Amino acid sequence: MIVLRLALQSLMNRWVTALLTIASIALSVLLLLGVEKVRNGARESFANTISGTDIIVGARSGSIQLLLYSVFRIGNATNNITWPSYEDIARQPEVAWAVPLSLGDSHRGFRVLGTTPDYFKHYRYRRTNNLEFASGQPFADLFDAVLGADVAAKLGYKLGDKMIVAHGLGDVSFVEHDDKPFRVAGILKKTGTPIDRTVHVGLEAIEAIHVDWQSGARQPGEAVSVDDVRNLDLKPKAITAAMLGLKSRLATFRLQRAINEYPREPLSAIIPGVALQELWDLVSIAETALTAVSIMVVITALIGMVVMILTTLNERRREMAILRSVGARPSTILGLLTAEAGFLTVAGVALGTAMLYLSLAMLRPMLDRLYGLNLTIEALHWHEWQMLGAVVLAGLLAGLLPALRAYRLSVADGMTIRT
Amino acid sequence: MPDVLEMANVSFRWPGRSGFGLAVERFTLKPREKLLLIGPSGSGKSTLLSLIAGIVAPQTGRISILGTDIARLSASHRDRFRAEHLGVIFQMFNLLPYGTVVDNVLLSLSFAKERRKRAGGQTGERQEAMRLLTRLGLEQTLVEGRSAASLSVGQQQRVAAARALIGRPDLVIADEPTSALDRNRQIAFLDLLFSELDIAGAALMMVSHDETLASRFDRVANLTEIARVLSGEEAPT
Repeated sequence: MIVLRLALQSLMNRWVTALLTIASIALSVLLLLGVEKVRNGARESFANTISGTDIIVGARSGSIQLLLYSVFRIGNATNNITWPSYEDIARQPEVAWAVPLSLGDSHRGFRVLGTTPDYFKHYRYRRTNNLEFASGQPFADLFDAVLGADVAAKLGYKLGDKMIVAHGLGDVSFVEHDDKPFRVAGILKKTGTPIDRTVHVGLEAIEAIHVDWQSGARQPGEAVSVDDVRNLDLKPKAITAAMLGLKSRLATFRLQRAINEYPREPLSAIIPGVALQELWDLVSIAETALTAVSIMVVITALIGMVVMILTTLNERRREMAILRSVGARPSTILGLLTAEAGFLTVAGVALGTAMLYLSLAMLRPMLDRLYGLNLTIEALHWHEWQMLGAVVLAGLLAGLLPALRAYRLSVADGMTIRT
Repeated sequence: MPDVLEMANVSFRWPGRSGFGLAVERFTLKPREKLLLIGPSGSGKSTLLSLIAGIVAPQTGRISILGTDIARLSASHRDRFRAEHLGVIFQMFNLLPYGTVVDNVLLSLSFAKERRKRAGGQTGERQEAMRLLTRLGLEQTLVEGRSAASLSVGQQQRVAAARALIGRPDLVIADEPTSALDRNRQIAFLDLLFSELDIAGAALMMVSHDETLASRFDRVANLTEIARVLSGEEAPT
């Protein structure tokens, strides 16, 4: 006990370097766990962007591309689905519900999505969450719009405000559907998904603002007034994609194949969960790189510890000679120095873990609000325990380096006091 | 009663290229004997003390302490044997500076079960340490809770003596323990050391190059008469 107490006092005698060593290990562990936490949170948020939808249908393209434009509002569709094909698929006996999606316009940098009120009923995120209205309701009138939380917040819209949709997708557009303004009918609650950055309007509204347009430009002298437009047949000729819900999940693969082999036009059907996983695999290179960096930071911190212990060895040869003179074996010296490294590492790991939870508690609401990143505060997972165990093990192994040197020194010095 | 120390036909050479070694034909120390070993530097003092303490083992020969041939013990058994039966006082830097005075004294019981019992075990060892410190002229108020670094050199040597003596070892080996002290303190230190040695019943083997202390010892020997330095290519025999 006295030997351990003296070893601890020896460490406390070097408290500045010891504390700095512990701090650097703690920071590296914080980074390691933090990256892991964010990684899992991002994966989770990402995978939970859309749920409850069994199949997404679009024009023939790669599954990731279809996923990107239909769910993440990134990129464009290369082609459309004709309305009759959509109706045909929606009528299939396996299909419980179908929601058409029409993309292509924007409002001050935010995508405009033409759809039906069913969208708000069937869209799910984070497994079971429904879209909820912060205020207002789904569109009832032809020129009603429902805004995602970010759109409303960034552009400062309130219920009843008028807004003008621009043609195309540029942030600043010179071609605007300014003759047919929309009214803000509803604002959605924050979801942490691309929904937040979307302006939702009725499918017919998309048709309506384009009736007097051809080839992406307004036909001069052919302007159709708002009142006239209401009397037109606004059934769309084509849509961009469609979300399908099935009566039985068992039918998913069969229907997917049927759509992929659809005879009348080339279509693609994707299963959102599978496509999300494919997309995540693509992103996981960055994920792996992040983990690699944080592992290197841990190694750097451990090297710092080894350097710290090594530099004290010479001045501690006296300590070792005294211990030897009272009967300590060289292996005791080895054990003491390894224990010192172990103590520093464990202290660093404990401090780093505490810092993780502290920063989680402080940053969690902000991360959710700003990035839609939902990080949960929960006990460490088995995998995280494994990582911490690996850090401690690495610390002990690294500690063997100075310990073995001390062992050799104490064998060579014996009881000779060198200073 | 066997001799405290008996060395016979010992030869030892340090490992490595230097090849420095020591040969001792015959050397004994009786119980309670106080021996002053005079030797200039380079005469193999440290090597002899390392052999007796069991830090190193001779290649040939016998080193008996109280009838146990430590040359035949394994390295870790020699360490244990040293912990149980020997006390060591260095020339200086005897103490762990950050530890308390009492912890420094009790340190020599950490690796010695029997010796610890002799010192009073867990309940009595602190008291015994205080008793020794007081006997050696370090008042309780001076050492209570103080770190060893706050003491003067003379005081530190007396703490080292207390550490060597606690638990009544059979042999105390001291490597020029008084050389850092002035004349008056040297005498005072030796007086205290001797009276405690008598109480503990321990023999003393003290190495010094200062012959003026000779009159106080039972026996004075010259290291060159006892041990022969082996150097260079000379083969150990």
